[in-house]
Amino acid sequence: MGRVALASAPLLLLLFGMAWLGFFDGRLGRGIGKLGEMALMMLPPDPGSWARAKLYAWALVETVAIAFLGTMAAAILAFPLSLLAAKNVVASRIIHFLTRRSLDTIRSIDTLVWALIWINVVGLGPFAGVLALMTSDLGTFGKLFSEAIETADRRPVEGVVSTGASRLLRLRFGILPQVFPVIASQILYYFESNTRSATIIGIVGAGGIGMHLAEQIRTLELQQVSFIVLLILLAVMAIDWVSAKIRFAIIGRSNVRTE
Amino acid sequence: MSPLSSSLTRLPEVRLRPLMDSYARAVAAQRLRSLLALAGVLLCVGLAAKSAEVDLWKLFENFHRLPSYIIRIFTLESGQPVWTDLAEWFWGLSRWARLLGETVLMAYVGTALGAIGALGLCLLAAANFSPGRWTRIATRRFLEICRTVPELVFALVFVISFGLGPLAGVLAVAIHTLGALGKQFAEVVENGDMKPVDGVSSAGGRWVVAMRFGMLPQVLSNFVSYALLRFEINVRGATIMGFVGAGGIGQDLVEAIRKFYYSDVSAILTLVVLTVFVMDFLTERLRHRLVDVDTQR
Repeated sequence: MGRVALASAPLLLLLFGMAWLGFFDGRLGRGIGKLGEMALMMLPPDPGSWARAKLYAWALVETVAIAFLGTMAAAILAFPLSLLAAKNVVASRIIHFLTRRSLDTIRSIDTLVWALIWINVVGLGPFAGVLALMTSDLGTFGKLFSEAIETADRRPVEGVVSTGASRLLRLRFGILPQVFPVIASQILYYFESNTRSATIIGIVGAGGIGMHLAEQIRTLELQQVSFIVLLILLAVMAIDWVSAKIRFAIIGRSNVRTE
Repeated sequence: MSPLSSSLTRLPEVRLRPLMDSYARAVAAQRLRSLLALAGVLLCVGLAAKSAEVDLWKLFENFHRLPSYIIRIFTLESGQPVWTDLAEWFWGLSRWARLLGETVLMAYVGTALGAIGALGLCLLAAANFSPGRWTRIATRRFLEICRTVPELVFALVFVISFGLGPLAGVLAVAIHTLGALGKQFAEVVENGDMKPVDGVSSAGGRWVVAMRFGMLPQVLSNFVSYALLRFEINVRGATIMGFVGAGGIGQDLVEAIRKFYYSDVSAILTLVVLTVFVMDFLTERLRHRLVDVDTQR
């Protein structure tokens, strides 16, 4: 009996939620018909003119550039913060409590909100997008890096300590070689996911292809929409492929080093 | 120099020199490679900075606006800091609480619908169950499109076809979840052990029965924990659906930012951050409990 109640509670909540959000008032059926029409209008993908195709390609390059710089800047800023948040580097409970809570707060505000805030500082354009991605990734990276540092093996650090090395050298030779491959592959992974995020920050005016995408959807130029989406898919696939190669190279090299 | 290191004996120079030299030779190649990689990264940074119109001088010149903006959003119209008058700060609490409830509900329904869809599609995408090679490839491509196209883009399209409101947002969240969970579920199924399934089939169990008693017990806890993680992500995602009119708190947030209702911005952001914290906390508790139950079995 208890198990049945436990299993049916999520289901009831789902049905209640669907009713609340308007699944059953007929809009769903009508919408799906309209969606089908729109899907047909999207085919075949067509940029309209050569000039437009070139414009979109450049916007896509800008998008990738935003993602790349945002990720790199976030990683560089997050590393020192993650040291503060790691228990085995800084032994003060208050410091890591404060660092972790601030990182969590930064992380729970979406990139688009950060983009709007940075637009107030540096104005409209891709630079605001870079800063927005940097800010929201700072929270994520700080958390991920500090976890990587905390799980690092203590013995290499003790070995370095036994030679009388300073704190800095302990980090450089005791911890960094262990965490570098982990951190590098996390950075690469977030570069991919940031490319996806960077495609939408243009919706609020922070550069990249999102501005064109939103504009073409709103004006129902659906063939251009599908062309842009296709471009994004290709770009993400290409980045996926390249980052898999780089990740393999880094992990492979670090394996050689530890042997 | 620490007392420990001064007590260590240092090798005489004659014996130290060859050791140091061989060390230098050993790391020279690696150093060169690292330097080349660094140069490559710096070149990319330079090119990207040009393309993304990075202007550090502009940032430096205008940086003071960031703290002043933050101070401004924590200041009421009367010029007092917000915490001096909580009733004034959270004047719209009942409306915002309802919208936040809607946001969480959007995330929940979106996650649930996406997970149900993923449950069906993961079998088509998993190498050990797929009815055919082409079905598998087609399913995988479909899932990839679902998770690569950003939620907000789906939301923009759905707002046109389903009208303004949370319905469009939920569907966008669901589609994205379908893509993400479909892939993860398929990987779990591929890692599953086929022997229990074969056992049930050989006892005469139908396919559905074989799935229920052979595969489901193996994968269920992983499925639930992936779905809960996705729910956390979707709560964050649902907070911005309102930016394009697809329901939730986002609409009020973007209006407050755009129209410079300063103290409203901080009030809504505070509520959003609190909601995300509470949801993260609850799902983490739930995940731990499920993992405990799983290990006890």
